[in-house]
Amino acid sequence: MNQAKVPAWVSVGLIPLLNILLAFLVSGLVFLAIGEDPIEAAGYLIYGAFGYDEGIGYTLYYATNLIFTGLAVSIAFKAGLFNIGGEGQAYIGGLGVGLLCLWFDSSLPLIVIAPLAIIGGALFGAAWAYIPAYLQARRGSHIVITTIMFNFIASSLMVYLMVNWLKAEGVMSPISRTFEESAWLPYMHDLFSPFGLDIGDSPLNMAFILALLCCVLYWGLVWHTRWGYQLRTVGTNPTAAKYAGIDNAKVTIWVMLISGGFAGLVGVNEIMGVNHNLLLNFTAGYGFAGIAVALMGRNHPVGIILAAMLFGALYQGGAELAFEIPTITPEIVVVIQGLVILFSGALENMFKGKIEGFFLRRAAA
Amino acid sequence: MFETLILILDATLRVSTPLILAALAGLFSERSGIVDIGLEGKMLGGAFAAAAAAAVFGSAWIGLLFAIGASVCLALIHGFACITHRGDHIVSGVAINTIVAGLTVTLGLDWFSQGGQTPALTGDARFTPITFPFAEQISDVPVIGLIYSELLSGHNILVYLAFAFVPATYWVVFKTRFGLRLRAVGENPHAVDTAGISVALVRYRAVIICGVLCGIAGAYLSTAHNAGFLKDMSAGKGYMALAALIFGKWRPVPVLCACLLFGFLDAVAVRLQGVSLPGIGEVPVQAIEVLPYVLTVLLLAGFIGKAVGPKAIGKPYVKERA
Repeated sequence: MNQAKVPAWVSVGLIPLLNILLAFLVSGLVFLAIGEDPIEAAGYLIYGAFGYDEGIGYTLYYATNLIFTGLAVSIAFKAGLFNIGGEGQAYIGGLGVGLLCLWFDSSLPLIVIAPLAIIGGALFGAAWAYIPAYLQARRGSHIVITTIMFNFIASSLMVYLMVNWLKAEGVMSPISRTFEESAWLPYMHDLFSPFGLDIGDSPLNMAFILALLCCVLYWGLVWHTRWGYQLRTVGTNPTAAKYAGIDNAKVTIWVMLISGGFAGLVGVNEIMGVNHNLLLNFTAGYGFAGIAVALMGRNHPVGIILAAMLFGALYQGGAELAFEIPTITPEIVVVIQGLVILFSGALENMFKGKIEGFFLRRAAA
Repeated sequence: MFETLILILDATLRVSTPLILAALAGLFSERSGIVDIGLEGKMLGGAFAAAAAAAVFGSAWIGLLFAIGASVCLALIHGFACITHRGDHIVSGVAINTIVAGLTVTLGLDWFSQGGQTPALTGDARFTPITFPFAEQISDVPVIGLIYSELLSGHNILVYLAFAFVPATYWVVFKTRFGLRLRAVGENPHAVDTAGISVALVRYRAVIICGVLCGIAGAYLSTAHNAGFLKDMSAGKGYMALAALIFGKWRPVPVLCACLLFGFLDAVAVRLQGVSLPGIGEVPVQAIEVLPYVLTVLLLAGFIGKAVGPKAIGKPYVKERA
């Protein structure tokens, strides 16, 4: 073996970019297949997502959820674990947020409720991740399967609670009563308006700031603590970690608690920031989209923010696109999301060998 | 009481059919070492292809062919990612599920302009119930009459096919040379390679069989159980089949039992909606719906038996070079 190394820009820049491009290329083919011009569609998409203030607000609002779930999937990846249960953890996290808001909205001011609800959402999400984590760490059951099962269990539990306990009086659909305004996270447009800045009404709220703080927390935890070092060691080489005296099971459980906590914060954005009541199916697939975000963001907070913005833009732009071209459904965004998972996740090695080989040979020559 | 039981069992057979087909599909894939959480996506893709083709050609059988074709294509993508490019099996499965969830609605809207659904299927475009000979005549005979005419007779061909696949799978996996290689590839691919057999080829075959069975399961959903394709109509059945596969410990007959159990719970949940049981009161439907998943988690946790999967499952095979 020669000692030549693949340049960093190739492995972090060129190869991921190539995979994403391929995903978009195939997405373009899907547009062609349904008889639409992909360039024109991309135009609508970009305008819808970034062309005007409300659009940008919506893009960032979607991105908020995706940052939370992206971080959740990503930190578990760091320990070599696949947390496919972000959906269920976000759901139960939202339940925690909703319960706290329902209990305290008439007795406490926002300044107290907000931190309470944030901690509550994270704890509920973490608790939902704890059981699969414990079973993986101590009893050897596979975390992928158990977290899938827990998504379904969460879904049934929520239907049961909403229908039997939390449903507001006098309504048919299973939604709780609307919170008092003291339990509403402030919208960004309300925060900016006192300064004379008009950024257009959108669901973008304070949870976006929380998401950015979580990215900083992630970065600090993973790369600047002793525990983060343990985490990365377990993920890279569990056997080496064990010989180095690291308690793999403990790391597994803790990382899943943090992962579930991140996912649970989706509830803060959705329940406290936008809906202002507890309802069913507010997670809307963000847990699964988090997988695409984590993969595309290369498990780095900066990458995750960028990937979440891209997918947020796709969500918002997709809605705009469906409005402009009625023969297109917003579901086409789900196709693009799936293709990104396929090409930058499952098929990430497709070009890797060839390209790395090329640069290795060049370096050796 | 007896009639209610028969009706519940009858519903059980109908609900279990797609689970059985998908779980057997997963059995072939996972026995060869390829984790498949894409059962859901393949089933949904198959359901869409079947309904679309049946609507266009007016034949359920052509629909079935298209369903198998679509599902096998998806299975080959999974194989291409996991076998050829050694990608992560779970990521690839998630990708397939996501792509199909979006693509079926997108194409459905473009082709049929009905909000992502396919047109309602009638006549030959659906698989219709088969009535056994003399079912009408002996339906009045106590016990046997009801069992014969209600429970056994009157299902469509795919239901019987699904049940026939169980012994067939047993025979293929445990009694044929291909089955031996299939299991060996899932347990110890190096040994298979040493014997001069291509690991990749065996796995590709397993993945294709998986695709065929998922396609049939999908066709059952849209052209037999329902009359057309609806958005997300697989509704987690692929994941439940995966649970049944684990619950049945990757063996055909126990897998069948797990599917029947899960199907039975589903049928009971529908029956018990709003019914008050003596001594217990009203059982929440969600509590019964959730049982398959809870049972699987308990099994995986080792509280009821132990589920040990194929040894080499989920691990890419890297051929050693001298």
